[in-house]
Amino acid sequence: MWARLIAIVIKEALQLKRDRLTFAMMFGVPIMQLLLFGYAIDTDPRNLPTAVIAADDSQITRTVLSALANTGYMRFTHRPASEAEANALLQRGEVQFVVTIPSDFTRRLVRGERAQIAIDADATDPMAAANPLAAAQPAIMQALARDLVGPLAGLRARPDAVELVLQRRYNPEGKARLNIVPGLLAVILTMTMVMMTALAVTRERERGTMENLLAMPVRPIEVMIGKILPYVVIGSVQVAVILFVSRLLFDVAIEGSVALLALGTALFIIVNLAIGFTISTVTQNQLQAMQASIFILLPSILLSGFMFPFRGMPVWAQWLGETLPATHFMRLVRGLMLKGAGFGDVTGELLALLAILLIVTTVAVSRYKVTLD
Amino acid sequence: MPLAIDVHDLVKRYGSRTVVDHVSLAIEQGRICGFLGPNGSGKTTTLRMICGLLTPDGGGGTCLGHDLVRERDAIKRQAGYMTQRFGLYEDLTIRENLEFVGRVYELDRLKERVDGALERLGLATRQGQLAGALSGGWKQRLALAACVLHEPKLLLLDEPTAGVDPKARRAFWDEIHAYAAQGITVLVSTHYMDEAERCHEIAYIAYGELMARGTADEVIAQSGLTSYIATGPGADRLAPKLRDAPGVTAAAAFGATLHVSGPDRERLLAAIAPLRTDSIKWTEAPPTLEDVFIHLMGRAHDNAPGG
Ligand SMILES: Nc1ncnc2c1ncn2[C@@H]1O[C@H](COP(=O)(O)OP(=O)(O)OP(=O)(O)O)[C@@H](O)[C@H]1O
Ligand SMILES: [Mg+2]
Repeated sequence: MWARLIAIVIKEALQLKRDRLTFAMMFGVPIMQLLLFGYAIDTDPRNLPTAVIAADDSQITRTVLSALANTGYMRFTHRPASEAEANALLQRGEVQFVVTIPSDFTRRLVRGERAQIAIDADATDPMAAANPLAAAQPAIMQALARDLVGPLAGLRARPDAVELVLQRRYNPEGKARLNIVPGLLAVILTMTMVMMTALAVTRERERGTMENLLAMPVRPIEVMIGKILPYVVIGSVQVAVILFVSRLLFDVAIEGSVALLALGTALFIIVNLAIGFTISTVTQNQLQAMQASIFILLPSILLSGFMFPFRGMPVWAQWLGETLPATHFMRLVRGLMLKGAGFGDVTGELLALLAILLIVTTVAVSRYKVTLD
Repeated sequence: MPLAIDVHDLVKRYGSRTVVDHVSLAIEQGRICGFLGPNGSGKTTTLRMICGLLTPDGGGGTCLGHDLVRERDAIKRQAGYMTQRFGLYEDLTIRENLEFVGRVYELDRLKERVDGALERLGLATRQGQLAGALSGGWKQRLALAACVLHEPKLLLLDEPTAGVDPKARRAFWDEIHAYAAQGITVLVSTHYMDEAERCHEIAYIAYGELMARGTADEVIAQSGLTSYIATGPGADRLAPKLRDAPGVTAAAAFGATLHVSGPDRERLLAAIAPLRTDSIKWTEAPPTLEDVFIHLMGRAHDNAPGG
């Protein structure tokens, strides 16, 4: 058993080593995607279009507005006449924020009563909303401190002189979504691991080496594990590279246990390899295997919570998403990397991955034929 | 002598086509059996069923004493199967291929065996080359070396000498005879007549049916064929005139002579009678294996459904 298994592992590793292009792709693609997603998708966008409803036109109001503009995040593009008009702008996505200064703002401030400013944000992309909102309050306080002179100087000491009422619209819970690294990990691993194993087996069929392999006394499980193992190593290196680059460029560190992350990742890699192997048992050639892999990859991108917030999807899509290993892996990595989750928090996801692995392996081993029939 | 291969009534169907039709084959240990038949006659399919790569749709039997279907693993361990299409890895080197095969069979003294095989092959100096870079004939020789590495008791060779030069072919057959002398049984498919003659016995299959069985002489005798050879000026140019004549199964020019054969002596004589001239001499000769095979092919064709 072991000798035969090792025979297959060595053979696969040698073939992999010779296939320079594939080898380069396996490391080039993740880094390229990481850079693309990391840099091209600006997570800290500036000069966002903003609508202002200033019912109260005073020196102080102007100070407040210029303070907001000076943060660099907001650019006042619209001056809607009514709240309804402002909401429509927000709804259509023409503006990212609506700043509302009520008519009694100055009066209340001067009287020493609490004055309110409302900022409504379009939080469909939480990244875009988070920083501007965080910058608004200190900017306003600073500007007022400078401008509150003379009889109003007494208000300076009051930190709550102006209350900022923030409202995140459309996606209220998407606060700490540092989605990109966990999501990319899941997508890249799904892509390379599923495809590589699917191709590794169908290639044997296409090149005619399958007949020779089957004529020798190797068992299906030996072929399967032997073909999968070299890719487990590759997948692990990919993960290490992605984590290292993210740390270096995006300053994304791991909050939780590294060992737990390694365990989850190993499990996820194996699940994907098993899926790839299963694909290879039902497809005839490399082209079919490629298409079937994409068939797995697309939902893994669209329905796993990588592209769209999971809870924002229709129920049927959520159910579909639950069957994908990428969904569980992404939750697990998000929990571990961003929230510092412990073992107890991720057992559900680990078990889900294990269950998927069990089902897929059963299918693979039962579908793999020891004959050419 | 015990039977190395003992299968009966093997049937294989693809869809509605019966590709192998009730083929029975018994080969004693240590014998070399040539497996002949036209393209698409079912040779490869039969070999695959014998070595456990295909499940027969009917019939069964034993191979090296193991049941064809139930004891596949045991058969695979003791038999060496050389595929018609090159089945080793083109992206591995010659040495790596042999080592892979050795490991799969869990061989001891792997290095020694691989070194020995490379030495015998004469590829020791090229062992680091990729197998894909070898010429067709060398690939065949490497494949043979790989399939005897585990010292099998039975060799199933599917057109092992296709594309191999005459000298290498002779060496190849010398080697096969040496294996047989050690008690190894060989079932080898081929399209070459000279190779058929080097076999202890022959099995001829056409359209999935076993048509003839026995030694070369037996097969010739069983055919009941009569052959005549015409010599003289222009004898070889008579072939087209005779080919479609009644009672003639084959008429072919060999150099300046003409070979004609047919199953019925009287009708054959009647066919050549108009061509008997002073300058052309007709003599009866024993039919060759090739005559017999062409005759058998024609007969099978007459029987084939829709053929
Ligand atoms: N997987 C398959 N599916 C359908 N038909 C098949 C399959 N394999 C073989 N056949 C058919 O079975 C018949 C016998 O094929 P086989 O390969 O056994 O012939 P062969 O005697 O080895 O021919 P050759 O001398 O050309 O190698 C052919 O007509 C072929 O088309
Ligand atoms: Mg064949």
